[in-house]
Amino acid sequence: MFAYYLDLALRSLKRNRVLTTLMVLALALGIGATITTLTVLRLLSGDPLPQKSAQLFYPQIDPNSKDGYLEGQTKPDLTMAYPDAMALMHAKRGTRQAAMAMTQAKIMPDKAHARPFFSDAVMTTADFFAMFDAPFQYGSGWSEADDESGAELVVIAGFLNDKLFGGTNSVGKTIRVGDHDLRIVGVLKPWSPQPRFYTQGMGSRSYGDGDAVFLPLRTARAMEMGPQDTECYAAVEDFRHLETAPCEWLGVWVELNNEGAVAGYKQFLDGYVKQQIAIGRFVRPDTSLLDLMSLMREQQVVPDDVRLQADLAFGFLLICVVNTVGLLLAKCLRRSQEIGVRRALGATRKEIFSQFMVEAGMVGLAGGVLGLAFAELGLLGIRHQPAQYASLAHLDLSMFAFTFVVALVASLIAGLLPAWRASVLAPAPQLKAA
Amino acid sequence: MDIRPILSTLHRHKITAWLLILEIALTCGIVCNAVFLINQRLQRMDIPSGIAEHNLLQIKFAYVGDQTDAYAQAQTDLATLQQIAGVQAVALVNQLPLSGHAMSNSGIKLRPHQRQASLEVASYYGQNLLTTLGVRLISGRDFQPDELIDLKSVLPALHGGELKDLPHTVIVAQAVAVRLWPDQSALGKTIYFGNDIPMQVVGVSAPLARPNMLQMGAQNSIVFPIRLTAAEGGSYVIRTNPRDREQVLKSALAALKRLDPNRVVLEQRTYDELRQDHFQDDRAMAGILVGVIAALLLVTALGIAGLASFWVGQRRRTIGVRRALGATRANILHYFQTENFVLATIGITLGMLLAYGINLFLMLHYELPRLPAIYFPMGAITLWVIGQLAVLGPALRAGAVPPVVATRSV
Repeated sequence: MFAYYLDLALRSLKRNRVLTTLMVLALALGIGATITTLTVLRLLSGDPLPQKSAQLFYPQIDPNSKDGYLEGQTKPDLTMAYPDAMALMHAKRGTRQAAMAMTQAKIMPDKAHARPFFSDAVMTTADFFAMFDAPFQYGSGWSEADDESGAELVVIAGFLNDKLFGGTNSVGKTIRVGDHDLRIVGVLKPWSPQPRFYTQGMGSRSYGDGDAVFLPLRTARAMEMGPQDTECYAAVEDFRHLETAPCEWLGVWVELNNEGAVAGYKQFLDGYVKQQIAIGRFVRPDTSLLDLMSLMREQQVVPDDVRLQADLAFGFLLICVVNTVGLLLAKCLRRSQEIGVRRALGATRKEIFSQFMVEAGMVGLAGGVLGLAFAELGLLGIRHQPAQYASLAHLDLSMFAFTFVVALVASLIAGLLPAWRASVLAPAPQLKAA
Repeated sequence: MDIRPILSTLHRHKITAWLLILEIALTCGIVCNAVFLINQRLQRMDIPSGIAEHNLLQIKFAYVGDQTDAYAQAQTDLATLQQIAGVQAVALVNQLPLSGHAMSNSGIKLRPHQRQASLEVASYYGQNLLTTLGVRLISGRDFQPDELIDLKSVLPALHGGELKDLPHTVIVAQAVAVRLWPDQSALGKTIYFGNDIPMQVVGVSAPLARPNMLQMGAQNSIVFPIRLTAAEGGSYVIRTNPRDREQVLKSALAALKRLDPNRVVLEQRTYDELRQDHFQDDRAMAGILVGVIAALLLVTALGIAGLASFWVGQRRRTIGVRRALGATRANILHYFQTENFVLATIGITLGMLLAYGINLFLMLHYELPRLPAIYFPMGAITLWVIGQLAVLGPALRAGAVPPVVATRSV
């Protein structure tokens, strides 16, 4: 029966070429716009570390003064001061923990005539790589002992290794960063989680390429590398000694493997702040311990423009569906007589209904194929936009499949009303009119 | 024309009529808001910077931290740049209007011990800033050379409260003067910064836009008599003739590189390019919105045309009968036009409510202002026109139906 409906649908679609083209075109435009914006939205709001994000937590505390404090409403700051970050690090209450800040590394290529250039760098501590599942191509990270001693070593990204060493194993070689020769201990495989969750509140981009250089915090500070962003909560005497200044510039992440560990850590964090209040360092008691995805939501990492575009696209799709309903209805009412004949020859209401649903589905499939083309075109346009995330906007396999799901669902919803109208037509008057 | 027959006909095609009304209403609601969004973007992009935009070039080197000879280097650089043919003036400034990155913001207090600042402003400083940028003074005077203080001595003094190493004077932009002292002259007034450090207003400048955070008052800026160096994050700004910009930029870079080949250039651009960069997201968004509006109106017009031609086809016999009974072609044409007008009007009325609702949603979720009333009549007229254009083809075909159709059976 299905094959017969398919045949009928094809015939009917062919008979009204203009109307059919209109329907397919409108549906395709709506689907193209929706898929384009959803691809971008998904890209931007996706989970950067799906296998790990539920175990990664971001402790926050608030060292600011009582001024402007509203109990229960004021949110703790995103970063912390050095003494606090180190206190959390040394307490070792998580399975793993790492403190980090973003910086710029001036890299001097070895070759003669090559110009020095600046690269994004992360100054952090030993657990960074294992905690964030950063994969190594060659070598490995560094140890806690290296953190403590401020060893002059570095982990570099694959793309920097390609640029400087032609992709060969460079472990053991040195690279000149600022005025220091650092020994390379590890080379990462391509690794750039999107959004760049670990840069939040640290003055770096939220999307785009990964960082080029990772080096121990103490080593970087000894080389006078400064954080990209510093926020001070009291008067500062000397910006150069950030370790003792009342300034927040470090983000701390902890890995906690079960609910008990999370509750325990929160308790520990509250306890730490109470202790600081007791010794007069802090006045505000609030703490926060959000998991990775909650932090992304709280920080509203996804730009407003992108959400607005997705909302717009849905409105657009809605109009296209309404449009398709109208045109499908027009088509099926025009065929009242044909329906009358088929009913008189014994077709049941259910069969008429199915026949029109098949027709709607075909419009949907055609709309999906064309919509896919529009979506590719839309994404091409997005990639030419100036945004940080532009180059990442590609249609992946799941979005490809999703396009057809959206197209079919949209067209079937659009087909419901016309198919129902067709199936309830009384056959007798139609035959008489003919 | 009597619209009663139209209404009774529509009554018999309730579903299709309502679908058309729904489509027009949705389009109206979305298009009104989309046009409003575009307008918001265009307005933002139109903000005057207050400086001689087309005459300026920016060269910025990477931040390199403390250098002992940085101030001597800065003076050498400035003197060298001044020598280049075509250079009218040179400055070394901390930030530029609409550059997107703010190096420095300050809270102004009107009285000492005030707990909350009266106004958050962008603070500009640098040598020769007003002259080079082309910011006119409305009243008062520019800084005297002996008022300028080096940034490296300002920072420790600021936190140590060492008044003699801090600037004592400040020039405020007009917007700040008007905001703080609406009915009086700002000249001679004292304002307080940080730990109640007093500074006297010696000049009021023409408008000068902030680098970013325009929503906090796009023109709230002040200028301090502070000198800084490229090593501390300053940019060289060169004023030249718009025609000579390319040439001057090239010579200036070459000259600066000759003085110190190890510097890493972060920016080398005309101010026009800087402004272009700053608003590129807005421009892209406006482009997308224009595309969406065009596509929406197209889809709606096609939908109206499709349904209208269906109705014409369905009513061929009725039309033939009417023609046979003496209706002219114009009568038939007007019938369909009026029918469309009636449907469009209902759709537009609902669309206005929807536009208002969508605007409320946007205000809640995206911090947008209220939709100005002018958008409602404009949206209505647009959709009426589109409806009439879309129905014209089918209506003309209806008018062309010959009376003889009435006599045929199908």
